[in-house]
Amino acid sequence: MAERVLMKGNEAIAEAAIRAGCRHYFGYPITPQTEVAAYMAKKMPKIGGVFLQAESEIASINMVYGAAAAGMRVMTSSSSPGISLKGEGLSYIAGSDVPAFVVNVQRGGPGLGGIQPSQSDYFQATKGGGHGDYHMIVLAPASVQEMASLTIKGFNLADKYLMTAMILADGTIGQMMEPISFEDAEIETYDKPWALTGTKMRRPHNIVNSLYLKPDELEQKNFERYKKYAVVEENEPMWEEYRMEDAEICVVAFGIASRVAKNAVVAARAEGVKVGLIRPITLWPFPKKPLRAAADQVKAFVSVELNMGQMIDDVRLAIECKKPVSLCNRAGGMIPSPDQVLSAIREAQKGEN
Amino acid sequence: MAIVFQKPHALTDAVLHYCPGCPHGIIHRLVAEAIDSLGIEGEAIGVAPVGCAVMAYDYFNCDMIEAAHGRAPATATGLKRCRPENIVFTYQGDGDLASIGMAETVHAAARNENITIIFVNNAIYGMTGGQMAPTSLPGQVTQTSPYGRDVKHCGWPIKVCELLATLEGPEYIERVAVNNVKNVKAAGRAIKKAFQNQIEGKGFSLIEVVSACPTNWGMTPQKALEWVESDMIPYYPLGVYKDRSAAKEAEAK
Repeated sequence: MAERVLMKGNEAIAEAAIRAGCRHYFGYPITPQTEVAAYMAKKMPKIGGVFLQAESEIASINMVYGAAAAGMRVMTSSSSPGISLKGEGLSYIAGSDVPAFVVNVQRGGPGLGGIQPSQSDYFQATKGGGHGDYHMIVLAPASVQEMASLTIKGFNLADKYLMTAMILADGTIGQMMEPISFEDAEIETYDKPWALTGTKMRRPHNIVNSLYLKPDELEQKNFERYKKYAVVEENEPMWEEYRMEDAEICVVAFGIASRVAKNAVVAARAEGVKVGLIRPITLWPFPKKPLRAAADQVKAFVSVELNMGQMIDDVRLAIECKKPVSLCNRAGGMIPSPDQVLSAIREAQKGEN
Repeated sequence: MAIVFQKPHALTDAVLHYCPGCPHGIIHRLVAEAIDSLGIEGEAIGVAPVGCAVMAYDYFNCDMIEAAHGRAPATATGLKRCRPENIVFTYQGDGDLASIGMAETVHAAARNENITIIFVNNAIYGMTGGQMAPTSLPGQVTQTSPYGRDVKHCGWPIKVCELLATLEGPEYIERVAVNNVKNVKAAGRAIKKAFQNQIEGKGFSLIEVVSACPTNWGMTPQKALEWVESDMIPYYPLGVYKDRSAAKEAEAK
């Protein structure tokens, strides 16, 4: 049996990143992701890596940009207000087609908000966040094990598609402890002929750049990038289905909200309600296919979210508005109880939404 | 036949986009000559700014990256920390380095980041059409200070070399100018030293080059160079503001 260790979610990300070959971390302190930086500060100097506390989130993401352009596996981590500041760099990284790995352990907003868990950066993560047409691959772990395995997956996907992969976690998963294993980690490696290594006077100079002053060239760049995104949307959606085989109600939830929702599904099943759960693991690309298929089977959907209703838009788009979708939510750092979700399931069953 | 003058190898054949009379061409050449003479083109990675030199990545033959506005020292930090064996330099203007990028500049200096910064101070935002810069002189007329820079309203110019020289961190800080042959020669020596310092692992070297912007100053190239002498240099005195290694040597004697 694989060796299992008890770890905090944030520490699992850090350890998994190191195992994925990341030797460069640039960050700036913010709650509730502190453990990622603390772990890196301790470990990196011992393994020949670099931990550097930058002067700001803006500087740290631009350090990531430089390191990514150098062809290295590199990461930063932050929480909601800090991710807003990183938006500029994320846009440049997307526009330059270099791979990066970014963690957002979300807290309630807007503004300074609070420090309790939230999912209110769903729009920011899945629709862009910075300026311009671009996407990031957004991974939503629901356990400490997934904090580790999706981190390794994220580094692989970033290198494969030359994109930013973002872990969109929340304060709860970041802080809680669970036993995990690293044994099944598969590290993929990709050639990076575009990387800035110095020409050694043996090849023409490489340029990493997002500036295209000729509009037709810039348009072409966008077209090419969106062809790549289409491949990602086709090949990379990940999701979990639970008790969907005969479901008449489909609960949709990701991250910590899905753990609460699963308990509610179990409770509703005990009452005889035929309900299942679809848990998106990738938020972009959004798992449209299983939701679209479920739309022909169930009579209603319930979107459970720790925000004012953001993923619910993607659910409606995925099911082409074929069935009613209700929202069961808390915001500002509050988490719904299984009873609240159970009530929402009952309401959906009655068709009163 | 002996070759007595040629384009530095570190410059590409691309035609510079700069305005007639703009000293950016001279400064590019000085950087390229330093790279050639130190034999580091194959190791060099340049960081282009946002501003008039935004397309510097097309002009230097070494590997290049285009940074976000003001963030070149952070991007250079990321590169250098990953590839300490490479020679990493930034080429930035006054708005980029001393306004939007001031935090990145100061902290890279404070860390004594082993990089070379070429800072071109022409006291104006050139690319966007001549707005007031953090280094515009008191009374200077620009698009956004049409009645002259009023220091009571928008504060005083920032003297970057003097400011950075107060920090423990940086290795080498010097201000030069490119308004006449003598100064151009001295600027070339300073830029070469700034690269040499990085090769020797000494740390952060910044060369401020007092330059001119005939187009946005509304002057002929000749008049602009005269204004550098009469107005810019008195406000931004040339010289070495910090040289840690030289200071240590002097102490040892």
